[in-house]
Amino acid sequence: MFRATLKSLLARKVRLVLSGLAVVLGVTFVSGAFVLTDTLGRSFDSLFADAYAEVDVNVAAKPKLEVGEMEGQQISGPFPATALETVRAVDGVAEATGVVSTDGARLIGSNGKAVTSFGAPQLGGNWTGESDLVQLREGRAPQADNEIVINKGLADAGKVALGDRVGVLTLEPRQDFTIVGIFGYSGDRDSLGGVNEVMFTTPVAQQLMLGEPDVYNSIVVTAADGVSAEGLRDSVAAAVGDGYVVKTGEQLSADAAAGLKEGLAFFNRILLGFAAVALLVGTFLILNTFSIIVAQRTRELALLRAVGASGKQIIGSVVLEAIAVGLIASVFGLAAGIGIGALLAYLFGNLAGGLVLAGVAVPAAAVIGAFGVGLVITVLAALLPALRAARIPPIAAMQDVATPDRPLTKITVAGALVTAVGATLLFLGLGGHAGGNTLATILGGVLFSFIGVALLTPLISKPVVAALGAVFAGWVPGKLGRLNSGRNPRRTAITAAALMVGIALVTGITVILDSAKSSITGLIQDNVKAELVIAGVQSGPRPPTFDPAVLTETKAIPGVRMVDGQYVDQALVGDERAWVGAVTEPAAMRQIYGAEATAGDIDRLAPGQMMISSDTAESRGLSVGSTVPVQFARGDAQTYTVTGIYESSPILGPVMLPADAARNFSVTQPSQAFIQLEAGTSVSDVLPRIEALLADSPEVSVADREAFLEEQTGQLDGLLQMIQILLALAIVIAVLGIINTLALSVLERTRELGLLRAIGLRRSQTMGMITVEAVVISVFGALLGVVVGSGLGAAVVEALKDEGITELVLPWGQMGVFLGLAALIGVIAAVLPAIRAARINVLGAIAHD
Amino acid sequence: MTATTGQPASVAARASDVWKVYGSGEAQVIALRGVSAEFERGRFTAIMGPSGSGKSTLMHCLAGLDTVTRGTVHVGDTTVTGLGDAGLTKLRRDKVGFIFQQFNLLPTLTAKENILLPLSIAGRKADPAWYDVVIETVGLRDRLDHRPAQLSGGQQQRVACARALVARPEVIFADEPTGNLDSRSGAEVLNFLRNSVREHGQTIVMVTHDPTAAAYADRVVFLADGQIVSELIEPTAETVLDTMKKLDTPAEVAG
Ligand SMILES: Nc1ncnc2c1ncn2[C@@H]1O[C@H](COP(=O)(O)OP(=O)(O)OP(=O)(O)O)[C@@H](O)[C@H]1O
Ligand SMILES: [Mg+2]
Repeated sequence: MFRATLKSLLARKVRLVLSGLAVVLGVTFVSGAFVLTDTLGRSFDSLFADAYAEVDVNVAAKPKLEVGEMEGQQISGPFPATALETVRAVDGVAEATGVVSTDGARLIGSNGKAVTSFGAPQLGGNWTGESDLVQLREGRAPQADNEIVINKGLADAGKVALGDRVGVLTLEPRQDFTIVGIFGYSGDRDSLGGVNEVMFTTPVAQQLMLGEPDVYNSIVVTAADGVSAEGLRDSVAAAVGDGYVVKTGEQLSADAAAGLKEGLAFFNRILLGFAAVALLVGTFLILNTFSIIVAQRTRELALLRAVGASGKQIIGSVVLEAIAVGLIASVFGLAAGIGIGALLAYLFGNLAGGLVLAGVAVPAAAVIGAFGVGLVITVLAALLPALRAARIPPIAAMQDVATPDRPLTKITVAGALVTAVGATLLFLGLGGHAGGNTLATILGGVLFSFIGVALLTPLISKPVVAALGAVFAGWVPGKLGRLNSGRNPRRTAITAAALMVGIALVTGITVILDSAKSSITGLIQDNVKAELVIAGVQSGPRPPTFDPAVLTETKAIPGVRMVDGQYVDQALVGDERAWVGAVTEPAAMRQIYGAEATAGDIDRLAPGQMMISSDTAESRGLSVGSTVPVQFARGDAQTYTVTGIYESSPILGPVMLPADAARNFSVTQPSQAFIQLEAGTSVSDVLPRIEALLADSPEVSVADREAFLEEQTGQLDGLLQMIQILLALAIVIAVLGIINTLALSVLERTRELGLLRAIGLRRSQTMGMITVEAVVISVFGALLGVVVGSGLGAAVVEALKDEGITELVLPWGQMGVFLGLAALIGVIAAVLPAIRAARINVLGAIAHD
Repeated sequence: MTATTGQPASVAARASDVWKVYGSGEAQVIALRGVSAEFERGRFTAIMGPSGSGKSTLMHCLAGLDTVTRGTVHVGDTTVTGLGDAGLTKLRRDKVGFIFQQFNLLPTLTAKENILLPLSIAGRKADPAWYDVVIETVGLRDRLDHRPAQLSGGQQQRVACARALVARPEVIFADEPTGNLDSRSGAEVLNFLRNSVREHGQTIVMVTHDPTAAAYADRVVFLADGQIVSELIEPTAETVLDTMKKLDTPAEVAG
């Protein structure tokens, strides 16, 4: 039995390759994700270990505000320089250096634009001299207030050189400095993991990066000989007291790496999510392949039954084949995954600049994931066909192989049930009734919906395929192709369902993003009465900012009626963290943003006063006159009094403060401004004048409202594209499925094709027939995908109504493109099977057994 | 086409010194050794012979389904030998009809669609009068909308016959068309074939094992070991059986 299975398997190499390929792709994705994140994780470990190698103990102030890695940046607040003396006095301290180093120093490159770092910090700090880690490559240390040294990576990125005079944006607007030195890091690195650094003299760094003279944000301590880092940490901690966090260098590096790894783990989960989609599609494909194989081997299996094989042995034979396919596919998938993971890590390392990659290793998770997923999925998918094979009666060996048209009742009932479960889960998840498991419930709902619809597909396929085929009614090969695609509803259905998954996800996400885009655009167009907007595109944790002086200068331009500059940050309001905004022109609330007061006064804000949205007021039980303590990223907690409450709106944040609050924000400059013009003033008169004002604020630009909206929503387009690329994999697998189904069908119908050729069907007509079959199947799949995707998208949009996504936008154009693309996919998928069918030897086919 | 029974000198298919060799070296099989034969228009010819004598091979070569190793084959005025795929397809569309032993119909099409399939593939319309005659003769008028799975073996074979006839090909080749049928359905099919020859001047070449079937033909050609060894005109089951016996005896001695 075992031998018979292996022989039959080896005899059908094409079949093996095709059914295995889907598993290979899915496994590649899974293991690739693990290898990538593992390699990057270990690379970051060693990067931070390097960066903090010379730190025995590090002292920092307790952060005023705890902010998670994914939500923004945490600022360890400045502390007085006197702490340095306290630390130096501790026993066992050999050396203690006061350090200024925080994110937010943006160098303006030779092209006049601020150099960006793809999300890595852009540190600004004080030059504390060369060390084992940091060495000057050219020039000297900064001595005067207008001198800086920068790392080589930054010099290259900004195309600036020693001796150049360059602008730097910090907490303060642009100031110009001379580059007197360029430094690199040990190991001939130009940057540490893409981080850029601008080093000033200490007083300048204190003023520009921390906003106050005579403060540091950390102290780096070297232990005297024979003193352990841990011991020293404890004695330093005791000396500086409660307001400080004291860590050993090792702890510091572990914590820093852990922060980044949180991000990597998130990234890993996203990749695994896409792998899951790919595998779901692959499961359909494998299920189909094995079903067809069993159908084709009916005679062979029946013969085995006739000569005494038991039902169990038949199941064993099919499952054994599945195990073989799963194993081989997992091995190939794992190998490909390691390759791809390593390649991506290499690309990432290059992008990040100077991230020295740890050697590629294969984490256990990748191996377990690969074999677990590859084997389990393949065997599970083969189980149903195996059970069916066991029910083949021995008599079938004597009969002509007829594919009995089994009734679709059972499968339809099952499909309806599963779809109902999916819909219920979606309803619970989207409606917020799922308790803490909203995401899991929604994902489960989507999964069940897909499987349910896939089970319903055979029933739907009959009328839809007939309708689709009507297009080819006048053409005989077309008609034959259409009939072929309808002759085995299950096979057609599963093949189409595989394509459905990818297209439904892309469509659903497009519906959501397009609806969001259009709702936001509509909201702003309807409510914001500003002709011009100053804003930039955010590319890291910090928003782009500009010189607040621009606001007053803009206000002075003739024809400008009102200017409102906005600052944003997170703060602890009461005892809950919230996004807070500071506005330079409170009157804009009503006059530009169309806010409506529900209580109090929303036209004015004096220092110490705040306005809140009606939702915030309700959820926190606040009313006009309530006082709330607010802790910003800097400074001490301050008490604000609620003086106005405005109707909640998606375009207005929950808390509005006067502009003076912004000096305690982590980013102390405005990031956006809305400008209203006098009636009759033309935009084109004012725009160039504001542009001129922004010459020294290269991170932002001024644009009319339409351009601003396009720029802002353009970020959603980028997201959409990325998702589409990742989901394209699922579609590729589905295409493999179509090729597979067709190829196997062609094999199965060898005789029939021979007969057709014998009675005069031309080669080209044969190919036409196969192509029509493929096109009908894939367009059917795309149609399902578009419908299911629109449904899912609409459900999500409905659930997000309260978040301001009020408009449902169905991307008709894109759906049309998908259908067209599906037709093309069908044509492409048909190429090989069609050639094979056309090459069938007429005589051989008729003599075929 | 005005050919009627008995009009001589008009040849529907001709094999001239046809050799067919399969394989090479040790595994070489010579299936046909210089077969020359003519199949007159408007006649019903049966090919008989022991198993493995080359009947099917000869028929495949005549129909252009297989190539000959040596010699030439003509169907009507077309030289089949040397035709490419396009030429062969055209030949099959216009001049040749087939009836096989089994698996003759497309399961997805109804009986009527199966019958009209060769014409629709070629983009031609059936002559309605002729179509009516064919349907009448096969006697399947009430079964036309049924699919093959809903028809008996004999009915399926009659549909296959109707399909071959409806295009009025130069010659119909049938390889053991009654091989899968019981004697009654077999007789129906054979009667039908003979009538189409007698009444409509169709040319048919049929391979068979069955002397009774061969007796329906106007002429029987006997093959043994790849060569034509005998021939009977106006055969009866008895004369065919006799000839067969004579053929078998030396073959057994030689074997
Ligand atoms: N494709 C092939 N390759 C090799 N040898 C072949 C092939 N087809 C037929 N033969 C051989 O050619 C000879 C004639 O075969 P053919 O099929 O014509 O016999 P037949 O007279 O039709 O027999 P039967 O009555 O059993 O159908 C046989 O010896 C057979 O083994
Ligand atoms: Mg034969």
